[in-house]
Amino acid sequence: MWTETREKGVNSASTAATIESQWNLPYRGHVGIFCLIAAESAIFIIFVVAYLFYVGKSVTGPTPAEVLELPIFASICLLSSSVTIHLALSALRREKLGSFGLWWALTFLLGAIFLFETGIEWHRLIYHQGLTISTNLFGTTYYSLVGLHASHVTVGLVLLLTVLIFFLLGKVSSAQKERLDVLSYYWHFVDAVWVVVFLVVYILGR
Amino acid sequence: MSTESIALTGVQETGRPLSSVLQSWITTVDHKRLGILYIVLALVFLVIGGLEATIMRIQLIVPHNHFVSPQFFNQMFTMHGTTMIFFVAMPILFGFGNYLIPLMIGARDMAFPRVNAWSFWLTAFGGMLLYLSFVGGYGLYGAGAAPDVGWFAYAPLTARTFSVGHSTDFWILGLLVSGIGSIGAAVNFVATILCMRCPGMTFGKMPLLVWLNLVMGAMVLFVISPLTAAQIMLSIDRFLGGHFFDTQAGGSAVLWMHFFWIFGHPEVYVLVIPAFAFVSEIIPVFSRKPIFGYPVMVAATVGIGFVSFSVWAHHMFTVGMNSYANSFFALTTMVVGVPTGIKIFNWIGTMWGGHLQFKAPMLFCIAFLFQFLIAGLTGIMLACTPFNWQLSGSYFVVAHFHYVIVGAILFALFGAFYYWYPKMSGRMYNPTLGKLHFWLFVIGFHLTFDFMHIPGLLGMPRRIYTYEPGRGWEVWNLIVTIGVFFQACGVLIFVGNLLWSLFAGKLAGNDPWDAWTLEWSTSSPPPEYNFAQIPTVSSRRPLWDLKHPEDPDVD
Amino acid sequence: MRLATIAVPHVALGKLFARGCSIFVLALCFTRTSLASANNSIPNIFKPESTPAEEIHTISRFTLTITGLIFAVVFSLLVYAIARFRRPGAEEFEPPQVYGSNQIELAWTVIPVLIVLVLFLATARVIHSIQEAPQPAAAVEVIAVGHQFWWEFRYPGLGVVAANELHIPVSEAGKPTPTFVTLLSADTDHSFWVPQLAGKTDLIPNRRNALWMEPHQTGMYLGQCAQYCGTQHAKMLLRVYVDAREDFAKWVEGQKQPAVAKAEVAAGRRIFEQTACINCHAVAGTVADGRFGPDLTHLMSRETLASGAADNTRENLKRWIRNPEEFKPGCLMPAMNLSEPELEAVTSYLETLR
Repeated sequence: MWTETREKGVNSASTAATIESQWNLPYRGHVGIFCLIAAESAIFIIFVVAYLFYVGKSVTGPTPAEVLELPIFASICLLSSSVTIHLALSALRREKLGSFGLWWALTFLLGAIFLFETGIEWHRLIYHQGLTISTNLFGTTYYSLVGLHASHVTVGLVLLLTVLIFFLLGKVSSAQKERLDVLSYYWHFVDAVWVVVFLVVYILGR
Repeated sequence: MSTESIALTGVQETGRPLSSVLQSWITTVDHKRLGILYIVLALVFLVIGGLEATIMRIQLIVPHNHFVSPQFFNQMFTMHGTTMIFFVAMPILFGFGNYLIPLMIGARDMAFPRVNAWSFWLTAFGGMLLYLSFVGGYGLYGAGAAPDVGWFAYAPLTARTFSVGHSTDFWILGLLVSGIGSIGAAVNFVATILCMRCPGMTFGKMPLLVWLNLVMGAMVLFVISPLTAAQIMLSIDRFLGGHFFDTQAGGSAVLWMHFFWIFGHPEVYVLVIPAFAFVSEIIPVFSRKPIFGYPVMVAATVGIGFVSFSVWAHHMFTVGMNSYANSFFALTTMVVGVPTGIKIFNWIGTMWGGHLQFKAPMLFCIAFLFQFLIAGLTGIMLACTPFNWQLSGSYFVVAHFHYVIVGAILFALFGAFYYWYPKMSGRMYNPTLGKLHFWLFVIGFHLTFDFMHIPGLLGMPRRIYTYEPGRGWEVWNLIVTIGVFFQACGVLIFVGNLLWSLFAGKLAGNDPWDAWTLEWSTSSPPPEYNFAQIPTVSSRRPLWDLKHPEDPDVD
Repeated sequence: MRLATIAVPHVALGKLFARGCSIFVLALCFTRTSLASANNSIPNIFKPESTPAEEIHTISRFTLTITGLIFAVVFSLLVYAIARFRRPGAEEFEPPQVYGSNQIELAWTVIPVLIVLVLFLATARVIHSIQEAPQPAAAVEVIAVGHQFWWEFRYPGLGVVAANELHIPVSEAGKPTPTFVTLLSADTDHSFWVPQLAGKTDLIPNRRNALWMEPHQTGMYLGQCAQYCGTQHAKMLLRVYVDAREDFAKWVEGQKQPAVAKAEVAAGRRIFEQTACINCHAVAGTVADGRFGPDLTHLMSRETLASGAADNTRENLKRWIRNPEEFKPGCLMPAMNLSEPELEAVTSYLETLR
């Protein structure tokens, strides 16, 4: 970072060329997505703090222990999708477009299953347990946190689907590797957030 | 090797139809144009925010005045604060950063030009959404009219029960939208500075303005998000029946305060750090010496960036936290004053032994030093918790933060305007008008904000549309209001100078100030592509090295 | 490249210097009691009359001294630099290019750190001393409930309910009788601030806060709500009457009495009890037991109406009841649309509530 070379006066052509040839800065797509992830993490942290702050403080209504069931299957699906997206990109790097397509589609499918399972759980909570966002503090913080995560999964799925469609149209090749890397970082972030949400809501909060 | 050979002179385009010109500005992704758009947006809102302040001061010139109704006054202080922070200060600093960063690092544009444009238009749209609220109809409690809950919108005043109608919703939506724009701009700043520096420009060779905007950009990512999160929660409360801040259901009003101030305190550092950046570029040039202690300046700024995230509850000393929490936040608040003070000393060190030239940019930076010193010291007074129990929520606090935002940030901005106006427009401003602006504004600023401390010390709380006679507050309020008119005159002269000089100013040339950073090697204004050839640098002051090969800049 | 410079005349520098000094001096001035007024009409934080306010005053003077010294040093350096190093004309040579100095940086890091340490330790001591003050047995207990836009005061140990004007006993050195106030809120955030008696503390719904006062001087002290609570925040005024022991005891006795029924105001009382007044107001000893608005049992014992918005006179009382918006536009008391004779009758009735 802090260079030791001291150049005096005007750069000679050779030193300039040396500097230029050794000048490697990070890819801006990676920096951009990491910045976005940082900002999104901060938003999630605030919702997690609110969730933890209000644990046990609901004045009425069902408590987490009474109504929550561990979403094991959904979690396995979502976390596996991180593996499958990684495999898809490895395949792409080795120009194996067929494998790429398969793993990518599987990633999408696993993410969709996760959302579907979340929907089922919410349906059960609302219609069978009487827990809505306005029922009590638990309801408010639960639906907000899980819902915020689910909205991020949805956005991710839309992006994954877009790529899948492009793939089926034959437009995806290893030239897009870096862009797809960026998207995969977003997807890994979404999965990592789920690990935190799972711990906070289904383990600590109960 | 002269600097003129590097760039082409700006090509004047004549005879294009207005619609074509407008379209090119609306669809632009060029960082320089977007920078100017941000700045113009901010200036428009500055005038509006200034009007709001003037209305308030006229109402408060005497006790029991009837210039405006209490409801309207409450809207005025809410809109004034919200406008000034989110639609003046943030955009103008993003604007200057957008304009200058690629030029200073030898790049052709920002890392994500389209995201850049999108961020600007989101900010503009957020502002328009907020001001749409004035057009709403009047109902019970002025429902549907402008927000009147204070710029920090404490719960539960913002709950449906106490804030009937949509005024609070306009506040939420306007800021949510522009907040997303801010995050976009911040991502751009960080990515540009990390990824687009010209060869040879290591971190140790970046101009301080670039360093400080990097810190500011990184901070914005963590600063805006808590506000966004809190506003989402408030919306859930207001629209979906949630209970985040519903005290009747066990919710906590203090939780809103924590979330808001976790945003709110680092936010003011986000605002002041770019002001530091301007001063760090201008003072060296007009002292004819390099900045004193460059590595320390960087370290101090990074330190401020981190520590500023640990001080937020000094805005909450009166909410009844326990003595350990109060002590902790008093300590961190005092600690953040140390790197800040170090920076002031380094600026003085830069001037020391130099050849000081009192052009308009330097005049404003010198006033910045005096005023930021005082602002920092009243900040230390507020950091002392028991003293804070008297001063908080009073006009002393209002005076303190205006001292920072107007006395430090706005003054540094005026300096920046005068310093880079020749680069952006190709013309020199009128120096006599610049001097007149300076003196009028300094007199007005001190009349208003020096004397504003006193009613606070005499028990006058803030956010009151009128006050009782006989409490010793009358004469001070009168003086405070008189100062407003001096400041208004100064600003009018400033705007007039900028506009007039655009057409009638002397041609500036590439480098009117004999300065040392890369932007002065381009034409004024720079061509769309900035540099015909991407430069390679080997020191912090590449142009100094070119002009003084016998005494090159040393790390 | 020759640059034309604008010289700053000496007289302007002198003006700057004078202005700088005046700011500092003004600040220090108010720690001296030059703005004093014997009847406490000016709620000056530098004229404390109660222990916590006095402790705050002491630490504030310490802080002002430190910041004043820092200001004097840095200000002088700045003025000196401006005067000594200015070059109105263009210079032929650039000055020596100095890049920094590690020793100087160290010095002006270490000194501020030490200052911070000293200031922090002094601050922490006072925080603890005020927040952890023990409550003596003879302390008067008050529960203050903040409302939009008035103050409710209950004395649980004494069986008294009052509003807007707080009476507390003066505390004597031998047998201290401070007043400890529990702070609650019925709606939104408020803040209890009587500068001469204590630092402010907020009243927050769903939260219990506390503050204490230990006044040494009888008199009437002014304050007002210091946290924006809505449209009429500005008129949520506060008065604390520090009474001598006997006067306080007499006041308590008076406040404990229920209202006495007087035949000549029966008409007014009937109107009061049959219109919506009793939905919000309470009068002890009658059917009126509303809690939304202030307790009116001893309305006439107060010097002001509408939490300080108007003096308590017959004319003002009539105007207030006729149209509260006249004194407090946006307050929560509705105009009852009484006819003039009804208004006269009700006012006469209220005037008997002593």
